[in-house]
This record gives sequence, C-alpha cells and structure tokens, in this order.
Amino acid sequence: MSAAPAPVLPVLQLPPRVDLQGWRDVRADFPVLHQHVGSKPLVYLDNAATTHKPRTVIDVLSRFYEADNSNVHRGLHALSMRATDGYEAARARAARFINAAAPEEVVFTRGTTESINLVAQSWGPANLKAGDVILLTEMEHHSNLVPWQLLAQRTGATLRYVPVAGENAEHGLDLDSLDKLLTPEVKIFAFTHISNTLGVINPVADLCARAKKVGAITVVDAAQSSGHEPLDVQKIDCDFLAFSGHKMAGPTGIGILYGRRALLDAMPPWQGGGGMISQVEFFQSKWKPSPERFEAGTPNVADAIGLHAAMDYLDLLGRDKIAAHDDGLAEKAYAALSELPGIRILGPKGKRGGLVSFALQDAHAHDVVTFADQDGVALRGGHHCNQPLMKKLGLPSTVRASFYVYNTPEDIDVLVASMRRILKFFS
Amino acid sequence: MSDLSDLYQSVILDHNKRPRNRGKLPTANRYATGDNPTCGDNCTVYLHTTPDGRIDAISFEGSGCAISQASASLMTTQLKGKNLEEAEKAYEEFARIVKTGEEPEEFTELAAFAGVHAYPARIKCATLSWHAAIDALKQPEGQP
Repeated sequence: MSAAPAPVLPVLQLPPRVDLQGWRDVRADFPVLHQHVGSKPLVYLDNAATTHKPRTVIDVLSRFYEADNSNVHRGLHALSMRATDGYEAARARAARFINAAAPEEVVFTRGTTESINLVAQSWGPANLKAGDVILLTEMEHHSNLVPWQLLAQRTGATLRYVPVAGENAEHGLDLDSLDKLLTPEVKIFAFTHISNTLGVINPVADLCARAKKVGAITVVDAAQSSGHEPLDVQKIDCDFLAFSGHKMAGPTGIGILYGRRALLDAMPPWQGGGGMISQVEFFQSKWKPSPERFEAGTPNVADAIGLHAAMDYLDLLGRDKIAAHDDGLAEKAYAALSELPGIRILGPKGKRGGLVSFALQDAHAHDVVTFADQDGVALRGGHHCNQPLMKKLGLPSTVRASFYVYNTPEDIDVLVASMRRILKFFS
Repeated sequence: MSDLSDLYQSVILDHNKRPRNRGKLPTANRYATGDNPTCGDNCTVYLHTTPDGRIDAISFEGSGCAISQASASLMTTQLKGKNLEEAEKAYEEFARIVKTGEEPEEFTELAAFAGVHAYPARIKCATLSWHAAIDALKQPEGQP
C-alpha cells in the first residue's frame, strides 16, 4: 500500500517576504523567467496580457492531477470528495480575496470575458427593454464592450459612453460629463478598474456610488487590477465584478464573476446542462440556486485549485506591496521613456497602474516589438483590444510594457536601451 | 534567430520612408481594403484599369509597420501594367519568396522580402496589400 495521498488544499511552503530586497528573490519562484531568447536573457514585460505562474501554482496543478483528479459534486468516492472540497475551498478563498459577503457570490467562469458575457446574457435580457441605456466608457476592452453591443441589439437598449479626456487620455475619464450621461434611463454601468491601454486607475467606488443614485447596477472589469492591488467588493459597493486567473499568477481558463447574491439568485441560467439543475423532467427543469446555476457542465476544477494557490501567493507577498511595486515601475518607465525623441505616451503622468503604452513617431509598433524581441524584451504591440479608443486617439497601434512582481528596475534599463537602438535604426 | 538586417533590408527601409504611389487615386475605378485584425493594420488599394482589365494607375493608403508599408509601395511598382491573371501570378511569386525565403526567379527588388520568412508572424504584414490589390481587380467598377 502506498502512502496516504497528499491533501488537496494548496499548502504554501515559501518564506514570507516583507522588505523590498525580497522582490529580487521573487524571480526564483517563477521557473519560466530563467531562459534566454536567442542570446539575450528574457525580460518579460507583457504582463497585462498574461502573467507567469509561480512554482507553487504549477505544483498544485500537477499534484491535483497526480493525486486527486476526479469530477466534482454528486461524487461519493474519496477522490471526488477531495476534488469537490478543493474546488469549493477555492471558491471560499476567492470570496475572501475580494471580501465578498459569502462564497455563494462567487461564480467560476473561464475568465473576465466569460464573466461579463454571463451578466450580459443572463441579467441583460431579463432586465433591459427598448429605450434603456447601457453606459460604458471609451477606455473599455473589447470584452467589456462587444457583449453589451450584442445585448443592445437583442433588447433595443442603446449604448452610451463616458469619454476619455486629454489628447493622450492623460486625464482619464471625463467625470464632469458623468452627471449628464448617468440619467435614470441608464440601467447598467460597466467600466474598467484599470485601463489595459492607458494605465488609468478609475475611481470605482465613486462611480458605483453615482450609478446607485440613479438605480443603475454596476459591472467592474477588474482584469487588470485583481492581481495588482487589494480588492474589496463591499467597499467598492459594485453589483458585479469580473477577473481572470491568468493575469494574476494563476492558470489560464479560470476566472471569477462576483455578483451580489440577491441579483444572482434572481437571474435566469445562461447555459443549461449538468450541475446547474435541481430537477429535470422531459419538458421542464428546476434550477439550483447561484452559484451552481451558472456553472453548467464539469467545471475547471484543477485551475480553480491552481487559482487558490495563486491567491495565497499574492497575499503572501502582500497586494498593497505589489501595487506599490508594479505602479512604481510603471512611473519609472514613464519617466525614462519620456526622454526618447518623438515618443507619445498614453495615460496619466502621475499615479498609474503597472503598465505604459506608447507610440514612437519613427517606428511602427510591430517593428518595435520585433526589434525588442531580439533584445530578449517581450512587449505587446497593437490595438490592445481597444480599437475605438485607439481610433479616437488617432493611433493605429501602440507598444505596451506592463510590469509584475518579478520585474526589476534593470528591466526598464534594458527596455529603454532597446528603444534607443530601434530609433537609431529607423532614423 | 536570423539577424534583423535580413528582415529590414535597405530596400524595405527605403520604401517605408519614401513610399511610392501612396495616397488616394483620383481616377480610380476599382478599389478594395484589407485589414489585419490581429494588429489593426489596414491597406486600401486604388486602381484604374483599362477596358481590357489592365492596371494603368495604382496607389495605396493605410497604416502599418515598415514591412507592410514597404511591401505595399513595392507592390504598386510591380503590378502596374498587369491584368488579373498576371497579377495573381506575381502575387504567387511574392508569396513564395516571403514564405520560403527563396530568391525570386528573376532578380527584382522583391528579393528584399526573402528575410520575412524567418518571422512567420510578419508574413501577413507583407501580403496584406497584395491581397487588397487582387481583391480590387475582382471588384466591379465603382468610384471609391
């Protein structure tokens, strides 16, 4: 007989890190960072697209498949019970991570995009009619824009946008216009916490409070904030909040939709199948309460458990410290890049989230990204799923550098040196 | 990894900096637009064709990287005077060069694009304008 199986719950065996010196040790936790691209050491600055995973998350995933793999719920055997316990523990952990009132307010999804589509497709048709207004902002990612276009087409509701202010959107949202836009016809107001292109940090609690006054429900896209700073849905006082595991040191394919319990319980299912029903007859069925109502089919058990490990890891580092670290790097990058000739940097000059996107007058974003790759620097170039915003700013594409816990000030030196080489080449 | 000077040859840099036949064509009787949705690049090709279907004037407009802009500029110089069948043949030759890195059958400036094959993500940048030109030739006559 072999030894007893390892417990399913992730157990972290990392020394706590409290001081800034410790940030360098963080790199040792991420196996993927220790490689060369061509002949140059990898400098990974594409974290707004996806972050890397610490060893602890990778180990938890392996251990689940090696020791506990089973389908969840209804299972009466040992492995199924362990898998169910692990999956539900991850839900409870996610609730604590965002200070939700109860685990039942946490629905597992594939990611931010699916979370927002869930609200648009379930809450939307049940609550919107022709003449109602869906309020968005001009800085929304396509994932917080297209689902609402589809809903508007389906219900006859109309879309309205809070504009961004400044020729480089450096003033963020034009909040002065909000009172005019936030009329009683607005039934839902969806906005991003941190813009993935501009780095603007929106005053989410204030936006929710103002929406509440006109009776609009609120959806916060926290894809770019969940892995970088503390989130408290009760303080923000939002109705829904969405984020992805893979942008916060967790696995791909798992995400969270937080919803107020009263709202979730009143929403119809959006997908049918096993796991979401309490009773099925040939011509009708009854639904389980939330969150199971919204999780038809076998859920992504392994990655939920991996996300649990990621949340533990981030809280071990301290999310307030992560925010100071990542935002600090972005401010340093802004200052260093702004010395380059012919550069146009988007977003606020001061306090910003952990990313900087910019355009060079003499070199197109794709050429810049190809060049930087030769220097080992991983950047992103393009419209960043913000086509309408880019069009408004008169830019076909930008280059984006985005930072995470394992990045260092030296990474910015490498980035800027690479940019200087590119400018010289194209001058 | 191949050297970047293979990708960004002087011919490409020159066409990028000083594009030929760039801008709207006032006399155009055919046009088509191509998009590269992954990067947001776009290219519109304007043609004027003779009654027997030959390109006697051509221009392009759009935004994109050095590879796409240089390719569009060079494309306009290569396709002038050709009909649909000849243009398709010229495109096949160009596509072969950018996909395989092989030299062109006859030496032309197209050889500069052989370096693109080492960067598979950039092949679409190089072929965008050519697709738009062939598409334009297949369009019914009409003012842009």
